[in-house]
Amino acid sequence: MTLHIHQAALMMTVQDAGRTGYQRFGMPESGPMDGWAFRAANRLVGNAPGAACVEVGFSNAEFALEGNALLAVCGAGYRLWVNRRAIPLWMSFLGKNGDVIRLEKSGGGNWAYLAAAGGVQSEVWMGSRSAYPAAGLGRRLAEGDRLPLQPPSSDAFLLAGRSLPARLRPPYTSRPLIRVVPGPHAGRFQPVSWETFLAGSYAVSPQSDRMGYRLNGPSLAHQRGADLVSQGMVLGEIQVPGDGQPIVMMPDHPTTGGYACIAVVARADLPLLTQVEPGRGALRFTPLSVADAQAAWQQALVGLDSKALFQEDTWTGI
Amino acid sequence: MTADEAKFPRFAPVGERAVLITFDEVLSEAASQQVRTLDWRLQHTPLAGVVEWIPAFNSLMVLYDPAQAALTTVISWIEACLVTDVQAVERSPRLVEISVQYGGDDGPDLPAVAAYHGLTQTEVVERHTRGLYRVGMMGFMPGFAYLLGLDPDLTTPRLATPRTHVPAGSVGIAGNQTGIYPLASPGGWQLIGRTSQVLFDPLHEPYFTLAPGDEVRFIPAQDSDLP
Repeated sequence: MTLHIHQAALMMTVQDAGRTGYQRFGMPESGPMDGWAFRAANRLVGNAPGAACVEVGFSNAEFALEGNALLAVCGAGYRLWVNRRAIPLWMSFLGKNGDVIRLEKSGGGNWAYLAAAGGVQSEVWMGSRSAYPAAGLGRRLAEGDRLPLQPPSSDAFLLAGRSLPARLRPPYTSRPLIRVVPGPHAGRFQPVSWETFLAGSYAVSPQSDRMGYRLNGPSLAHQRGADLVSQGMVLGEIQVPGDGQPIVMMPDHPTTGGYACIAVVARADLPLLTQVEPGRGALRFTPLSVADAQAAWQQALVGLDSKALFQEDTWTGI
Repeated sequence: MTADEAKFPRFAPVGERAVLITFDEVLSEAASQQVRTLDWRLQHTPLAGVVEWIPAFNSLMVLYDPAQAALTTVISWIEACLVTDVQAVERSPRLVEISVQYGGDDGPDLPAVAAYHGLTQTEVVERHTRGLYRVGMMGFMPGFAYLLGLDPDLTTPRLATPRTHVPAGSVGIAGNQTGIYPLASPGGWQLIGRTSQVLFDPLHEPYFTLAPGDEVRFIPAQDSDLP
């Protein structure tokens, strides 16, 4: 069983849950941009939550399936076609030998995940299949590449035609209200900057990628300068360099950095942020406690992991 | 005094999955030593739910899984690992020697660095190899070590225009820091030499030659021939 790439999207790599244990050596975690869609796609095909998927970003992608497979596509900004027939996202379906699977960029959003039962069997680097091309760990996928798929278990095909209830899908919008935990460097900003940050509206800059999203909006002023002695950074951290324009750290972010951190995006809301299209839409921020941020993500997971997850669906297959 | 200037060590959650402990506002040897000691103690006192941690010059960030460990549990664990007498538990650091071919094509900025300080190229190399350096932090790219301990007389500003391509193994100076590029990359450090030693190999363990807290010495390659 193989996924043969006919057309590669602008940003397209294999991603699993990421690489842990090496950040002290400067090695980023990597992992999916939209951790919720990634997890849902794996759930729909019966995989472990961190199994490797193909992450498709910013433009069209097309695959030919060699062999049969149970597949699902989750995310935002894409339409799914199988042999020119439209198939909904957030639903598992049976792909057959020779099927042409097309992800067409359409509507608001940037990223989608193609999951296959058994997971994508790309090379493992330092304990993870997540590609990190900047350091030579895998590369962006290209036309002609073949990704081996692990044979699914015999009962995996029974999962075909299941769809994720709408209440368990992230409420994607081009103008999300993003919940943030206030950062550790409040004293490094002018007191008015926090109000400016919460009152303002921020666009995603086209200079955004898997390392970070640059935001454009009301400038945030420092006191005693923007630069700190470099320290560890986390996914979703919002750093503010001297120009006052925030940068949100994404999965391939550097492990250490030296700008003041005004806030950290709640994990549950990071998918909403990553799907806002550069140059379109706008973000606003609202504060949240550490405990509430933890609870929000746990609540999302409890929903996704629930046994009575799937609703009956009238869809009858390809 | 703002809350930001409270006494050290200072604990602060960074989002819902990390806690930062800071030992000083500035870069100091005392803070660096406290980081190394805490790093060592944490390694020898595992806690379920802690994913990993990132030691830096004057701080250490612990990443944890809130489904497995509460923030208060993680903070208590770190507090229990803090010791006031760092000398008592400072382990003997690992010494890593790096062989460097100084000058020529390997170190194209060596003449400029020498001229900047009014030294000969040989004198720059002597001062650079005399030092005993400490890995104060890693970051920027996998395997890149920020080395503390550069002779203050070698402090040199970055290039006005960064290079688009710096070869892997290049040894450079930027401000009061020195370091080695583990991978080819763009960069603005003044390049004084190059090592053939591999600093990062994702295919073979140990993947990294250097680790936070290591001591480093540069050894001039035999065939260096400098004016």
